[in-house]
This record gives sequence, C-alpha cells and structure tokens, in this order.
Amino acid sequence: MEKYEIDGTPKTPTILFDINGGVLDIKGRSIPENSIEFYKPLVDALDKYSVATKSVTTVNIQLEYFNTSSSKCILDIFKKLESIHKSGSDVTINWHYEDDDEDMLEAGEDYQAIIGIPFKMVPVSE
Amino acid sequence: MIDAFNIYNRMEKNHILLSFKGDITADLLTSILQIMEYKMDNLNEVPKTKRKVYNVLVECLQNLYHHSDETKLDFNDANKGAIFMIAKNELSYDIITGNFVGNKSIEPLRARLDKVNSLTKEELKEYYKTILNNGVTSLKGGGGLGMIDIARKTGEKLEYNFLEIDDKVSFFTLIIKVSQPQLI
Repeated sequence: MEKYEIDGTPKTPTILFDINGGVLDIKGRSIPENSIEFYKPLVDALDKYSVATKSVTTVNIQLEYFNTSSSKCILDIFKKLESIHKSGSDVTINWHYEDDDEDMLEAGEDYQAIIGIPFKMVPVSE
Repeated sequence: MIDAFNIYNRMEKNHILLSFKGDITADLLTSILQIMEYKMDNLNEVPKTKRKVYNVLVECLQNLYHHSDETKLDFNDANKGAIFMIAKNELSYDIITGNFVGNKSIEPLRARLDKVNSLTKEELKEYYKTILNNGVTSLKGGGGLGMIDIARKTGEKLEYNFLEIDDKVSFFTLIIKVSQPQLI
C-alpha cells in the first residue's frame, strides 16, 4: 500500500496519506456521528507506516470544523505520530486555521500542549 | 382542530428561524446543518458568527442524536422524540433543545452542567484538555467533551431545566446562547 485516500463528504474530511512520500493531509470538515468508525482505517494505515517510516513525516491538518467526537480520534492520530516521531522519523504537524478563527487556533494549541511533536500554526486567509 | 396560526404566531414572537420535533436521525442532522448554513449566508452573517453557531449546532444536535440512541430501549414511543429550535435575536442566536431523560440520569447530568458553568474560561480550557487526554472514550467518541466545548466557544453559561413528567422520566431543556460579535 503506497497511498491511502478518502474523498471528503459534507461530514467527513478528505484524507490523503502518501506513504512513500511520508505526507499526510487531512482537509475539510470532520463532524461524523461516529468518528471512531471513520478514523479506524487511517489509524490502521498509520500502524503499517510506523514499521517502515520515512526520515521526515509531514502532516497537514486544515479543518474547517470538527466535532468533539472527532477531537478524540484526532488526538489518537497525533499520539500515533508522536510514537513515530520518537522512533526516529522527523514529524512536523502543520495546523492550518483561517486567520480570524481563534477557536481553531486554540484547538491546535490544545493539541500542541498535549503532544510532544513540533507544531506549526499556519494562518490561512479566506 | 390544530391552530396553526397560533403556533405560527408563537414562533414568530420568539424569532424562531427553524424548529423540528420528532426523531433525530443522522440524515436529519445533515439537512438541518445545510439549511442553517444557507440561512446564515442569506442573512450575511460574519464568518465568526457562522462558525460559532455551526459548531454549537453540531454538538447540540449530536448530543440529541446519541442520547436518543441510548434511550431507545428504555423509553416508550411517546418519550423518544425531541424538540429542537433555533431563534435569531438581535444580539444572539439561541439554540434550544428538549428531550426526555430518565430520572436516574438527572443528577449526573446536572452535576456535569453545573461543573461546566462553575468554571472560568481558562479553567474550561484546562478541563477540556484533561478530559480529551484522559477521559474514557464512549463508543461514539466524544465522551463528555460536548458541553465543555459549547461553553468554551460561546463564553456563556449553559441554561437548563428538568421538568418532571412522571416517576420515571423528565423533560430536559437546554438553552445555549451564541452572542454575535459587536461591531465597533
């Protein structure tokens, strides 16, 4: 498996995980009723990636909305990335937020406080 | 005969933009969210207001949805439904939800709401992070973060009431105010 792709829907984000390139993009809205079910395949893909990581792993998160049900799953993904980071791949998380969206910036800072990976806060203008 | 004009007038007086009574399904949530996005676009709301209202709507509606899922086995048909309303007032959007809860669930729910209402903005942030990082994940994911998130995003106290129906169930009303940013 070299790529893991999921098309976005009104309730779930577009996910693109280029395993060969070590780049994970999550973009859109994440407000499914059952987030655990939605994120399970990505968690599995990260598990597979963790045994053969690239030297650099780049993660781009650009969410417009996410619900609290997703927030736990996103934390679980970050925890997987944290262990990938500890085992030698240089992981960076680019947390994008619309430049007037303080709530989204603060959500990124919440994760940054919990997870031991370098975060970059990236403002995006509409 | 149903007095539709009376219902219309009461909704008009309370500035109700949208209301629904019945079973809360996943498809219904999708539709309500789409309708509200469309309405807020038409009302030319600023992005900040749209985002806050949308976020709070998602949490409120999904609370109702998950709750109705949980109670399906315990309650009879008359007690399964819920009501949901959005009012637009001059300075805020008010989101009102109502649903039946078992009397045994009242005290834990009241304790959670009172706890959230007792915390400052900074304390809510810390509490959110603690529950996010250590809380037990429910099957559906959230595990008690919803109310904390709503309180953080709105900066308002959660207004609620329990109305006892009989010795088994009560009607739980929750009112959430999303203030609109003041243009200076």
